[in-house]
Amino acid sequence: MTLLEVKDLRIEFPSRRGTMVAVDKVNLHVNPGEVLGVVGESGAGKSTIGNAVIGLLEPPGRMAAGEVYLQGERIDNLSDNAKRKLRGKRIGMIFQDPLTSLDPLQTIEKQLVETILLHLDLNENEAQQRAVDLLRQVGIPDPDHRVKQYPHQFSGGMRQRVVIALALCAEPEVIIADEPTTALDVSIQAQILELIKKLCIEKNVGMMIITHDMGVIADVTDRVAVMYRGNLVEEGPTAKILGDPDHPYTQSLISAVPRPDKRLDRFPLVEYIESAGDAKKSLDVANHWLGQARDFGDHYTGPLIHVENLYMRFLTKNSMFKSKREYFDAVKDANFEINSGEIFGLVGESGSGKSTIARMISGLYTPAEGSIYFAGTDLTQITTEKKRDYFRRQMQMIFQDPFSSLNPRKKVLDIVAEPIRFHGLASSRAETETIVRDLLDHVGLGDKAALKYPHEFSGGQRQRISIARALATRPRFLICDEPTSALDVSIQAQILNLLKDLQAELGLTMLFISHDLPVIRQMCDKVGVMRHGQLLEVADTEQLFENPQHEYSQHLLELMPKLSNVKAA
Amino acid sequence: MKQALKRFFDGDLWYSFSHSPIVILSAVVTLLIILAAIFAPWIAPHNPFDLAAIDIMDSNLPPAWNEFDGDIRFLLGTDDQGRDILSTILYGARISLLVGFASVAFSVVLGVGLGLVSGYVGGRTDTFIMRIADVQLSFPAILIALLIDGVARGIFPRELHDELAVYVLIFAIGISGWVQYARTVRGATMVEKGKEYVQAARVIGIRPGTILFRHILPNVTGPVLVIGTIHLALAIITEATLSFLGVGVPPTTPSLGTLIRIGNDYLFSGEWWITIFPGVALILLVLAVNLLGDWLRDALNPKLR
Repeated sequence: MTLLEVKDLRIEFPSRRGTMVAVDKVNLHVNPGEVLGVVGESGAGKSTIGNAVIGLLEPPGRMAAGEVYLQGERIDNLSDNAKRKLRGKRIGMIFQDPLTSLDPLQTIEKQLVETILLHLDLNENEAQQRAVDLLRQVGIPDPDHRVKQYPHQFSGGMRQRVVIALALCAEPEVIIADEPTTALDVSIQAQILELIKKLCIEKNVGMMIITHDMGVIADVTDRVAVMYRGNLVEEGPTAKILGDPDHPYTQSLISAVPRPDKRLDRFPLVEYIESAGDAKKSLDVANHWLGQARDFGDHYTGPLIHVENLYMRFLTKNSMFKSKREYFDAVKDANFEINSGEIFGLVGESGSGKSTIARMISGLYTPAEGSIYFAGTDLTQITTEKKRDYFRRQMQMIFQDPFSSLNPRKKVLDIVAEPIRFHGLASSRAETETIVRDLLDHVGLGDKAALKYPHEFSGGQRQRISIARALATRPRFLICDEPTSALDVSIQAQILNLLKDLQAELGLTMLFISHDLPVIRQMCDKVGVMRHGQLLEVADTEQLFENPQHEYSQHLLELMPKLSNVKAA
Repeated sequence: MKQALKRFFDGDLWYSFSHSPIVILSAVVTLLIILAAIFAPWIAPHNPFDLAAIDIMDSNLPPAWNEFDGDIRFLLGTDDQGRDILSTILYGARISLLVGFASVAFSVVLGVGLGLVSGYVGGRTDTFIMRIADVQLSFPAILIALLIDGVARGIFPRELHDELAVYVLIFAIGISGWVQYARTVRGATMVEKGKEYVQAARVIGIRPGTILFRHILPNVTGPVLVIGTIHLALAIITEATLSFLGVGVPPTTPSLGTLIRIGNDYLFSGEWWITIFPGVALILLVLAVNLLGDWLRDALNPKLR
């Protein structure tokens, strides 16, 4: 018996520029006790399906065609009032962000009891008892006491458990979870997924999990539906989809997930997803402007970057008196070297100080103590802007957020040309323009991109523009600060491929910062592990992944999501 | 250029404009008043500033349609010195608009400049500028303008003051309005400063001044445009108020406010036209500009779209 069934669903968003079809011809069904995963990248329409099922489509979005059945009973054409009674009672919901899906001004008890009384025929005392039971079921310790507390007294993971309890409180037949673990840390994610899976079997409810994360899919789902640009391209048992996908999109999606267990030269099969633009000619880098003047005239043979006893402090409490000021040590006594032509990775959780190190090297922050040697020169001792410009030209940075790293008011041509003009690297206007067009072509965007504005590009394409801008000074050292963490996996694979190609062509030295261990494994030659501002371990990548020395490195590697089901690619 | 025009007419701003009749009406009214003011010397039937052309015998004549004393030469009647009200409104609107636009421009330049520096440099500079702004905010704008006008009267001899009155007025109104711009721009600058494109420019080595004007300034102008439009209406009213109080422009070159004040003396003796017509002109202008400003604020705010 099918619990939830979606037939021929089509959702449209009319606008004054024509109708956008968000979802088309989608057929799905969920059985009792089963977890169905809906996977896809941003804009694939997966959340829209979830919203349509529970009748929460944001206007102007509307269901243009299709039917939704719950236990064989049609629900999509019910009145708003009837739909409202359905939500919470028969269909439960879990949203992405546990920090905002609870009312901060009411106790957990009040929120649970309110929902229970609304949907179940119980008196107040029974409802309170049920609230405590629910909290116990979702694994909250000491529920009798904690039920009286407010949401802010719970941690993120605990709050998501409360949200799950809320979804369960009217004993729904189906639960729809939209990215339930995306806002949580890796270790908590694992616990929540285990809980969801357990409850599903125990209570025999059907569950639809909407996610972009293949790790989540591998962990909990029984069946998977793969969405691509509003269409359902493939559906089947999880092991089959992950292990032996039929559709080329699914194949490329799975091969784009960075593998934690083995280093590959490139990500295969990523061309299906997004053609970045219409790049035409292949550039002969050695004879091009980009490849010239790569001799920086210092014949220095030691490590290109050498960081010694580096400290960074941020003022947390200001005071008139020096002795009363309080500081936060963002980086404590960092020491490492990066050899020429090497990709050095820094890995750690957010707030561990890895970006701070990058910013000190690039000159955005001035270190509190310590030295940074670039090709033998101590950058911290440089006093004039003129002298610093010489080194600025040699190192460039690629930022995390492609939506804020390009000035929205400037044309791509001016954005990429700015470093060339500033450092006077081209002799004429015409030459600058030719170089910019070549650069854009080389990063895969095609030279027509020069005349457009940043908002006309997608996230991945913008990151390519960032890369073109970084290359425009002909640098020899490139700092990449989480360059792909804001991107979908397939786009990430493309960008990582591009960075690898450029590194090989130009012999770049790179500092690569990421919180994502599989990405680090694919990209880096050497890795430094950071926590609370301290560099705990520096080792060759393979050595670190096979045989981590520091306790914390071992801990991080254990938490790494393992796609044990994925045998493909 | 062609492309830019196409982008504009294709954009959301033009769409929202062309779909709200009230906004179009406001724009037309504003434009008409501005054009009438600019071309006043050609379209006005008389020159009220030319002392030789006015005749005291024509004083206090009612509008032309009045069957007793109406004079076809003076469509909307005359004031106490025999000046044609219609012509005086047209010439007066010139002064009102000149003072309005110039003082807003002055406020914008001062406020945006200080706001950019305050937001970008931060620290003590920021504290210093913002404390001055706080102190200024604790005085009503009209009081500051009165004060400055009073000081100017003290410094300059009478003749010179009459000549410089318009510029003193522009300075007085302009200086009393910069705080809003400074605060808005400071906030926006602090947000933009943290964005990665600014950091990218710093990594390239671009100097702070260039970053401020070439990168940050274009990204903070949206709210300035909105405040500017609303402020324009406010500046015109402030000018009228000051003139009404008798500290604005000299009576020989009357602005709308001066006319209203003159008419105020005669309002209860039945000569209502001296006050009412300039008053209506002022209301129309301010209302139209305000509606435009309100629309612009909503149209540029992505949250309300």
